[in-house]
Amino acid sequence: MGTVVSFDVPGSARRNGSLDAAIRWLHWVDRVFSPYRADSDVSLLARAEVTVDACAPEMAEVLAACAFVRDLSGGYFTAAPGGQFDPSGYVKGWAVERAAALLAGAGSADHVVNGGGDVQCAGGRGGQGGDGGCEPWRVGIADPLRPGRLALVVGASDCAVATSGTAERGPHILDPHTGRPASGLASLTIVGPSLALADAYATAAFAMGPARARDWTASLEDYAAFAITEAGGTWHTPGFARYISTA
Amino acid sequence: MRRAILAVTATVAGLVALLSFKTHSSSSERTVASPQPSASLPPGERAITGNVANTAYGPVQVQVVVATTKIVKVNVLEQPESTQHDLQIGQFAFPKLIGETLSAQSARIDSVSGATYTSGGYIKSLQSALDNGA
Repeated sequence: MGTVVSFDVPGSARRNGSLDAAIRWLHWVDRVFSPYRADSDVSLLARAEVTVDACAPEMAEVLAACAFVRDLSGGYFTAAPGGQFDPSGYVKGWAVERAAALLAGAGSADHVVNGGGDVQCAGGRGGQGGDGGCEPWRVGIADPLRPGRLALVVGASDCAVATSGTAERGPHILDPHTGRPASGLASLTIVGPSLALADAYATAAFAMGPARARDWTASLEDYAAFAITEAGGTWHTPGFARYISTA
Repeated sequence: MRRAILAVTATVAGLVALLSFKTHSSSSERTVASPQPSASLPPGERAITGNVANTAYGPVQVQVVVATTKIVKVNVLEQPESTQHDLQIGQFAFPKLIGETLSAQSARIDSVSGATYTSGGYIKSLQSALDNGA
């Protein structure tokens, strides 16, 4: 996957082994789904050396989810960007969401898992778990046009924040319909319950460009969007307003 | 809450591709346990130098300046400079990563979305600086 994952967890996650389990899970996902490992299931499948049935059972799940987002986005999301099978656009968010679920399953009510800038939150900061009295996590949205600064801050409890953009890596999201780098947006952020979907939706919307992305993201149920255009303008869907932290 | 940073991997087609694959986790309380004196810094601050991380594009090395338990500055000591692409990394990606390193530990911000953190050499050397400070 080629990224760094950071955990903000209660001490209990260390003691009960769920943090270690989440880390082992991420390494397993890397071994099975990395397109940069010649012996990963993704690489073997891309070279047609194995069938889906011979892969880890999670492969079929990932392929089904990629197909769902592809169809929902009118083909702007694909598991084969540039023609080569590579489901990384879904796998990263999915893997981080599952890692967070492992923590929750072991009893953690308040945690943040951030995988390469894609964030899955539960509970809130300083929370004691499930008391509802703690503040939401404060997740900064990096400003792609002013490196090192934040565009705004999202208040997040029990939700995911995913951003696609050109910052740091330059233009790297292709428009599947043209095969060329998508243009018009500098970054697009999706907030919603599932990081796997939020990440894939952000990638699809970024590939659409500003006008189409605005209409499409407004149509998504339970997911809200915030965009920064190449010219520095911003817009967000109506549902995003409640996440904006003014404190 | 405990903060653990895990350097999973960095073999993606990012700006700086990391060749090796290393796991690391450490709690923040461990990162600044034993002060090292440094002559040129203000009182209370100390510099910790990370290991050189070899990447597909060349070596990367960073240094962190720490005051009590906070990183107050990150210096990039060594970075790839041989190509135009390398220079863009230096002008754009490293300042961004440094900004994220600093803002990520702000008391007011818990996490940052939108950083792809693919500059694995930076992360690897930064992590080793934190380890060296432990």
